[in-house]
Amino acid sequence: MTCDEAEALLHALIDGELDAGHTREVENHIAGCPRCAAALRDYRAMSKMIAEAGVHYTAPLALRQRIEAALPRPQAAPNRRAVLRGFAMGSAVSALAATGLVAIVLRRDDVERIQSEVVSAHLRSLQAGHLTDVVSTDQHTVKPWFNGKLDVAPPVIDLTAQGFTLVGGRLDYVDARAIGAVVYKRRQHIINLFVAQTANTERRSAKIETVQGFNIRHWSDRGLNYWAVSDLASDELAEFGEKFEATARTHREG
Amino acid sequence: MPSKASDDDPEKARRFREAALPYLDDAYTLARYLLRNADDAEDAVQECYLRAYRHFDSYRGPAMKPWLFAILRNVCRAEYARRAATPTSAIEDVPESAEQAPLWHEAGETPEAQLQRRWDSETIRRLVAALAEPFRETFVLREIQNLSYREIAEVAEVPVGTVMSRLARARAMLRSAWLAEEEQQK
Repeated sequence: MTCDEAEALLHALIDGELDAGHTREVENHIAGCPRCAAALRDYRAMSKMIAEAGVHYTAPLALRQRIEAALPRPQAAPNRRAVLRGFAMGSAVSALAATGLVAIVLRRDDVERIQSEVVSAHLRSLQAGHLTDVVSTDQHTVKPWFNGKLDVAPPVIDLTAQGFTLVGGRLDYVDARAIGAVVYKRRQHIINLFVAQTANTERRSAKIETVQGFNIRHWSDRGLNYWAVSDLASDELAEFGEKFEATARTHREG
Repeated sequence: MPSKASDDDPEKARRFREAALPYLDDAYTLARYLLRNADDAEDAVQECYLRAYRHFDSYRGPAMKPWLFAILRNVCRAEYARRAATPTSAIEDVPESAEQAPLWHEAGETPEAQLQRRWDSETIRRLVAALAEPFRETFVLREIQNLSYREIAEVAEVPVGTVMSRLARARAMLRSAWLAEEEQQK
């Protein structure tokens, strides 16, 4: 490795962005090159110095208050006009949708939080009048209802013949974004099937976990994340998931 | 559709507060470095949060900080454009610290001698502020905001390779300033 190559990769090494193979190569070069070794040492010292010096700024209180004031308060009666006045400026953010920022990549530490949010959404749905936005046992009614409300309409599959009745669909919020929920019933037990887009297209097989007394069956397939939540026993929820996946496969092949 | 949020939806506002307000200091810090002016930074951050709130429905997480930064960067670029259109204010906006910017010459390197001198936070702020715009942006996002290369690439809308070369350049310039100062002390 030449000094030029090493210099280009030094920074990735400092920032922990270098893979193991290149790390070894850079370290081998540095071991025999005082010039690059000095650069690495200085850059590391500089990063450390900056981190320790405290070069952040603190937002002025008045700024925080102005932003707070522009957001609707939970207690106050909503005043749409006032809010809109505050937001009258134009925007160039729609371009954001084209960037990789919209990709949903679940980090390990997010998994638990999302599970708990999914359970909360399930609990909310059980309150009177919250279960469905569209009530229909017909998949051909539920599926088009989602179109235009979400980036990706969840697959709606009728499983009545397999013992799970389709009840309807709903928009919900999980992880601070709109998400589709397809509602099924077995006897008196409700199953919420939450479906969200994921950047990861590899298939991840199902896992069942229990959170706050509810069972969650989570799997990923063809760019979609699924969470089936219910108070059904885990073997019955597993059966639901398997039937759903099997039927989805038949639909694709048919 | 009870959960379809509008701008005056208190539930949406609550979720937005929880998700975005913890990054207010970070956003303000980035705006200070990008705009090099406290008043403009305040205006930009406020505008950023209002835009972010309006677009919160299309937020696709999970990383809120780079999402906010991408919006803030667009706001700041609009401010650059405004400054460019008003030459007088553009000159006024250059902080006096920029006048005292170090000479970015390659200092004579002394590989064996460890750099001893420590800069205080004001010196670091001044030197970072003196970096040219794309290098400053990348440097601040990495060294001060701790974003990954990928996140920086998304915020700055450039390939990761560009992030790496800008960061290398920014660090090399700061190191030169550091070495030069060290030489002067001798």
